Amino acid sequence: MKKILIIGATSAIAGATARLFAERGDALYLVGRNNDKLQVLAGDLRVRGRGQVVTEELDLNDMAAHEAMIARATAALQGLDAALIAHGTLSDQSACQASVEMTLMEIKTNALSAISLLTLLANIFEAQKQGCIAVISSVAGDRGRQSNYVYGSAKAMVTAFLSGLRQRLAKAGVSVVTVKPGFVDTPMTSGFKKGPLWAVPEKVAADIVHAMDGKGGEIYTPWFWRFIMLIIRHIPEVIFKRLRL
Amino acid sequence: MAQQILRSWGRVLAAPADVVDMPAAAAPFPALPAGSSSLLPFGKGRSYGDSCLNPGGALLRTKNLDHFISFDKDTGILVCEAGVQLADILRVIVPQGWFLPVTPGTRFVTVGGAIANDVHGKNHHRNGAFGCHVRRFELLRSNNERLICSAEENADWFSATIGGIGLTGLITWVELQMQPISGPWMDVETLHFSSLDEFGKLTAESDSRFEYVVAWLDCSDAVGRGIFFRANHSAETEQYKKPLCLSLPVVPPVSFVNNLSIKLFNTLYNKKSDGSSRAHYEPFFYPLDGVGNWNRIYGPKGFYQYQCVIPARHGLAPIQEMLAAVSKNGMSSFLSVLKGFGSKPSPGMMSFPCEGVTLALDFANTGASVQRLFAALDEIVAGVDGRLYPAKDGRMSGALFRAGYPVLEKFSTFVDPAFSSGFWRRVMEGK
Repeated sequence: MKKILIIGATSAIAGATARLFAERGDALYLVGRNNDKLQVLAGDLRVRGRGQVVTEELDLNDMAAHEAMIARATAALQGLDAALIAHGTLSDQSACQASVEMTLMEIKTNALSAISLLTLLANIFEAQKQGCIAVISSVAGDRGRQSNYVYGSAKAMVTAFLSGLRQRLAKAGVSVVTVKPGFVDTPMTSGFKKGPLWAVPEKVAADIVHAMDGKGGEIYTPWFWRFIMLIIRHIPEVIFKRLRL
Repeated sequence: MAQQILRSWGRVLAAPADVVDMPAAAAPFPALPAGSSSLLPFGKGRSYGDSCLNPGGALLRTKNLDHFISFDKDTGILVCEAGVQLADILRVIVPQGWFLPVTPGTRFVTVGGAIANDVHGKNHHRNGAFGCHVRRFELLRSNNERLICSAEENADWFSATIGGIGLTGLITWVELQMQPISGPWMDVETLHFSSLDEFGKLTAESDSRFEYVVAWLDCSDAVGRGIFFRANHSAETEQYKKPLCLSLPVVPPVSFVNNLSIKLFNTLYNKKSDGSSRAHYEPFFYPLDGVGNWNRIYGPKGFYQYQCVIPARHGLAPIQEMLAAVSKNGMSSFLSVLKGFGSKPSPGMMSFPCEGVTLALDFANTGASVQRLFAALDEIVAGVDGRLYPAKDGRMSGALFRAGYPVLEKFSTFVDPAFSSGFWRRVMEGK
């Protein structure tokens, strides 16, 4: 039985991951913005699992509240073995282009709030010398593309931050997992046309649990995105700037 | 709003539809997408024909309504949202000593779909249809009215929605009664029979002693031979490893199912020896769930299932006639299932089962030749006041449907004005 903090728990990927944790008997502390959704999820997890499920409603852009939330989670579960940070918004690229305010808000939601949480969690996990921190980043962070570079650059920041954090925490025996999902069929992407590259949240969740149980590191999910992004990263700028990606 | 091409399980029909996802059980009824005049709830798309499709209209998917609400392991009462799959229910309740009171031949259907089609299983002679075990549900109408329906409260809506093929509104959550079991095992007896008379005798002697009874028919000729399976939940409590699951990843360019392969399959299957055995509930109830996307075996043109019920007073003679018709038309059915229905009534006014015997036949979509056969089978069914199962149907005439479901006029008054389906428009045409 593990004690797991899930931040942004009502996202489709986090919800599917929480089910896998609950089914194996883990105790869960769920944090999310919408209390109605949190209660529906918590009720579901209580039927599927036998472990403890606690919820907390919090807007994660309220960074001043992060420290107290983590303290409450630690107290409620009597310790933490793992944390999964999964909150985020899929930025409206064209709206961001027209608004500095919106661009900065997207960066705050998708990067800064995660970095605030990571800074606090890293110190706790480093001191206790065990555990796993996992964050849902994105393949979009591997290279900025005109269609979503605001979201992509926020995720790039998270990915780079985690890369450094992984090095630092390795000495303390704490694993750090960077999850890079490709296209996932969730409410966040409901407006998109789906094709063969699209994965279901349950598949991504299984990959996350597998990585969090293992040694950590960067995972692409589904796995083939590693090769797609390898190609995309290596396209020379001269050609890249003419592409419509 | 995304337009998607969705197919039903038989893969004969492909209809582009606007897909709308119901965000949550408590969410207000969504607006109809621009250009769509109607909408139909869509679960897993496991109906075979057009009863789960709405060509030119919208489909309201229930995949976000997949949460359990509560399960009382002392009373076996389960409350969950309508998009929860039977497979998920089994995963939760079997280790706690409970089982579905009625299950169809696949566990990959939603609870909402099971109610909308009032599905039945191998224990119909004991437990009736799925609707017999529904305690309550909430029905969300397109005018945003929420009706709690049970045998006592809004009883007419309860009756219209069970077997109401998704047309009376959206079921958001349901309360079901589960049945207690000792463990995941089944004690199964396998017996060969060489005529329909023998099948009849086996059914008569088995119904009181066995919870589950079903027969597989060898359709490669018209004799009416086959294999009879009867089983009870076992008192054995040990758990065991899950069986392997294969999947058909792509649609083969041609159908693998033809008279030759059917003959081969039947010959091999017939070699199954008589006797008693212990089986896990998964391969017993869901042999085809072990092969993901088995429906693709029929190739790009897909297949039809023909499932009828013959009222008890006509005995098995009409079944013999139907087997003769299949044989005469030079057709063969890969999977043919024969089963007696009991007398327990369902609360659903449009429920398919009635006391008698049901025959289900699968045919590759071979165009005109299979349609000719269906016309011959329809004639036999209509002649004995039998009826076809909408969940399996993609082609029956409106006249045959109306003759089989005389309560239709009354049912129509419960259909939500914003709801429709390909099936509904087809069978109500010219009415």
